[in-house]
Amino acid sequence: MKLWTKAVLTVAALSLAACTDPGGFGNDDDYGSGADSELGSSADPSSIAYFQEAVGDRVLFVVDQSTLSEQGRLVVLAQANWLMQNTDYVAVIEGHADEQGTREYNLALGARRASAVQELLVSQGVASNRIRTVSYGKERPIEICSEESCYAQNRRAVTVLTANLTG
Amino acid sequence: MRLFVTLVIGILTMGQFAHPVAAQSQPLRIEITDGVIEPMPFAVPDFVAETPGSNQVARDISRLIAADLNGTGLFREIPAKAHISSITNFGSPVQFADWKAVNAQALITGGVSVSGNQLEVKFRVYDVFAGTELGNGLRFKGTTDGWRRMGHKVADAVYSRITGEGGYFDSRVVYVAETGPKNNRKKRLAVMDYDGANLQYLTDSSSIVLAPRFSPTGDRVLYTSYETGFPQVYVLDVGSVRRKVLSNESGTMSFAPRFSPDGKSVVMSVTEGGNTDLYKMDIGSGKRQRLTSTPSIETAPSYSPDGSKIVFESDRSGTQQIYVMSAGGGEATRISFGKGRYGTPVWSPRGDLIAFTKQNKGRFHIGVMRTDGSEERLLTASFLDEGPTWSPNGRVIMFTRETRGAAGASSLYSVDVSGRNLKPVKTNGGGSDPSWSPLQ
Repeated sequence: MKLWTKAVLTVAALSLAACTDPGGFGNDDDYGSGADSELGSSADPSSIAYFQEAVGDRVLFVVDQSTLSEQGRLVVLAQANWLMQNTDYVAVIEGHADEQGTREYNLALGARRASAVQELLVSQGVASNRIRTVSYGKERPIEICSEESCYAQNRRAVTVLTANLTG
Repeated sequence: MRLFVTLVIGILTMGQFAHPVAAQSQPLRIEITDGVIEPMPFAVPDFVAETPGSNQVARDISRLIAADLNGTGLFREIPAKAHISSITNFGSPVQFADWKAVNAQALITGGVSVSGNQLEVKFRVYDVFAGTELGNGLRFKGTTDGWRRMGHKVADAVYSRITGEGGYFDSRVVYVAETGPKNNRKKRLAVMDYDGANLQYLTDSSSIVLAPRFSPTGDRVLYTSYETGFPQVYVLDVGSVRRKVLSNESGTMSFAPRFSPDGKSVVMSVTEGGNTDLYKMDIGSGKRQRLTSTPSIETAPSYSPDGSKIVFESDRSGTQQIYVMSAGGGEATRISFGKGRYGTPVWSPRGDLIAFTKQNKGRFHIGVMRTDGSEERLLTASFLDEGPTWSPNGRVIMFTRETRGAAGASSLYSVDVSGRNLKPVKTNGGGSDPSWSPLQ
C-alpha cells in the first residue's frame, strides 16, 4: 500500500516537472474539484489532498453577496495558517456565481468573492505574490440543478493550490 | 384629465412598435405606425432560369427570399400550389388579375442566369392591387457560391421598399457555440449568416470564450477568452481568424468589451483587487483611459451610435441598474427605475431605444426602454433570457435563452421589437451571447 502511494507520488512529481507553464491552471478539465491531479495523500498534512479535505478549500456565499460568513472566515483563517506553514505552494482563488444572474455581472461578482478570500489571507500574513484571483462567473457550476440546493454550492470561492515551481 | 392625456400619448407612441400591414386603398406599404398585425400576403414564383443549368439556383434563391420575408412575421407567403399562373418570362407583363385572385398583395418576380461561376440575379416588386411596379427592377452580380447573399440582398431590397426601413437579411451573427453538459460545457466562437447558414468556427473549445462583439464594419470581433487561465479581451480578424490579446495585465481580468462606433477603440470592464470598473482602450496604441472609479461593479458598456454616450450597468445603488454617462466618463444618470434588476444594456442602431435584461421575481426578461428610461416594455419572459443584440435596422433583437434544470441548455432566440414573432434561431447545437453584424 505504502509502495503504491509512493509510485503515485513519483508519477505526480514527474508530471509536475513536465509542466513548465504555471499559468495553465485555467485549462484543467477537472475543474469541478478545482484541483490538479497531484493531490498526494490526505494523511500527509502538507499535501493538497489534506488542504482540500482537512483544512477546507472553499467557502460559500449568500445570493449576490461577497462578504464572508463567520464559517467562511474560519475556513479562510485555517487556509492562511496552512499556507504560512506550507510555503512551497501558490494559490489561485477562483470566484464563482450561481446561474441566476447575467454573465458579465456574475464575472464581476465572482471576482469580488475571490478577492474577499484573498484579502483575508493577505491580512493574515500570506505573501500577496503567492495568491492570484480569477473569476469564472457562472461558467463553471459544480452542481447542475436549478434549485437553491445547487445554487448554494455554486456560489463559492475555491482556493486552488499549485506547487510553486519557480520558487 | 391629465391622466387621460398621458394615456393617449402613451398609446400613440407605443403604436410605433406595433405591427404593420398594408391598407388596401393605399399604395403597397407596411406602415410601422399601423397597429394592425395581419402579415402582408406576397407571392414569389420561382425566379426564371434564363440560362441552361440555372434552374436549381433560381429556385433556391426564390425560396431564400420567401424564407427571409416570412421570417420577419410582417409578411406571409402565398404558397406556389395556390398560384393560378406562373412567371415564365421576366420581361413579360404581369397578369395582375391572377395574383389578385390568390390575394397576393405583393408579387416578386426575378430572373437568374449563370455563366461559369458568375451569377446574375434581377428582380422586380409589384403592388398587385394597384397594378404597378414598386420602385425599379434591380440586378445583382456575383459568384455562384455567393447565391445566398444575393438572395438576401433581394429580400432586403423588397423589405426596404415595402416597409420604408432598412433590411437585415444580408447580415451575420457571431456567437458562442456550446456543447456538453452544464458542468462540463465546451464553448467556441462561431460565426454564421443571420439565418444559420455558412457556419464557421473561429476558435477551438480548449478555453472558455465569452460574449463576442462585432466591429461596426463586421470585419473584426472582440471577445473574452480564458486562454491564459485568466479572462482577457481579444480582438479577432474574421477573415484571417488571427487574434491578438488587447489587455493582458498580470493580476487583472478584462471582459465585456464593445467597439466604439468608429471602430478605433474599445470600452470594457477591468477588474483589479475585486473591483470592476470601465475603461476605454485605443486599439492602435493600447493606451487605456479609466472611465469610472467607484467601489461598485461597472460592466456591460455599450456606446450610443453617435459615440457621444455610454450606457452600462452598475450596482452602485445596491442593485444592478442601468446608467448613461458621457463617452469620456464622469457623472452618470440612472435610467432604470422599475422593479427588479437591470443589466446588459445595448443601444439600438437607430439610437432611440436601449435593450436590456431584466430580472424580477425569479424570471428573466428581454426588454426595451427609451434612452431616458421611459416607456419600458418587456418583450420576453422565461427562466433565463439575457444578452440582447440588435438587428442592423433596429427592428429585431436576438438573445440567449437558457432552459431550467440539470439538462438546461442555451440557445439563440429572436423577437421583434414589438414583442411579436418570438422564435428560435437556427444553430448547430447550443448557442449563447449572439452579436449581430451590420448589413454587409
